[in-house]
Amino acid sequence: MSDIRPWIVLAAGAAVTYAWRGLGVALSGRIDPEGPVVRWVGAVAYALLAGLIARMIVLPLGALLATALTDRVAAAAAALAMFFVTRHNLLLAVGAGAGVLMLLTLGRMHAW
Amino acid sequence: MTAAYAPPRGAAGAGMRAAFGVPMVVLGASYVGFGSLCRESGLTLALGLASTATGWALPGQIALVELYAVGASLLVIALAVALTNARLLPMTMVLMPLLRHPGTPRWRYYLVAHFIAVTGWAVAMQHCPKLPREQRLPYFAGFAGTLWAATLLCTGFGFFLADRVPDTVTLGLVFLNPIYFMLVFAADARHRERGLALGLGAASGPLLYLASPDWGLLLTGLLAGSAAFLADRLWARRAARRREDGA
Repeated sequence: MSDIRPWIVLAAGAAVTYAWRGLGVALSGRIDPEGPVVRWVGAVAYALLAGLIARMIVLPLGALLATALTDRVAAAAAALAMFFVTRHNLLLAVGAGAGVLMLLTLGRMHAW
Repeated sequence: MTAAYAPPRGAAGAGMRAAFGVPMVVLGASYVGFGSLCRESGLTLALGLASTATGWALPGQIALVELYAVGASLLVIALAVALTNARLLPMTMVLMPLLRHPGTPRWRYYLVAHFIAVTGWAVAMQHCPKLPREQRLPYFAGFAGTLWAATLLCTGFGFFLADRVPDTVTLGLVFLNPIYFMLVFAADARHRERGLALGLGAASGPLLYLASPDWGLLLTGLLAGSAAFLADRLWARRAARRREDGA
């Protein structure tokens, strides 16, 4: 039954996610959160997330395939610029990123 | 400086009220994007909602949906989600001592741990030390539980929105996911070890994905993360030696 597979994937995802939180409760006060093992785990998590985000922008799947690479990169750059110009205003920066992508994509559709 | 809420139950209510603000708007918008991503990736509404309810932590949820969409194996998906969410371990370890209050049943800590994620954690780390001990756990539960409920609504809303608005708007919604996290982590880039991990990961992520669509993400985390960790240690050791030399 192929309907079951996504639920198994989801349950596995939920289990490994909660495992970190439960382990964190069990270990709190017992191992040093600034120690080398925790810091290595943190560095791996950051690198993995950055890799995922870059891939979603540069080589997206699904709906974003309909947009141009240069438009996505320009929109991401606009979001970063807005974020630093407004001193870390997430709302404006996220809006700028999505807005620039929509405008550039619309522009391409109407230019030809 | 303490800010107590009377009566004791008032702390949970104060947490719930505090949740309605900019963090909820930004996180909510990102979950609208996640709901749209679920629909665009061919998942059902029930799966999208169950993901937010049980696997609450957006980067891991996105990794799961994206890897599922490329047909990765269960092992690869579980490993990638585990590594993506590994930051929850140190976050929980740091927050728990703040929430502790003698006489609280242990299961309550394990229950409230489910609501630890970047947004609520950052607020709790700032606000809870100002509260009397017995009010911290209720405050955090009220705050983060409200965010969690709001993200469930937003997931459903995004799912329905995805094919009822013009295609261009759907594109904007799906694009919120990478943009939101790019910015959350851009704020961290000044920290040397994290900045290195982020830069190396961003550079190698697309390349390793081309080399292997299903193992690429794991390799990116392990290779770029370990390289950043080692480089940071070497850097720190060299700086310490220079200081000892008294240059």
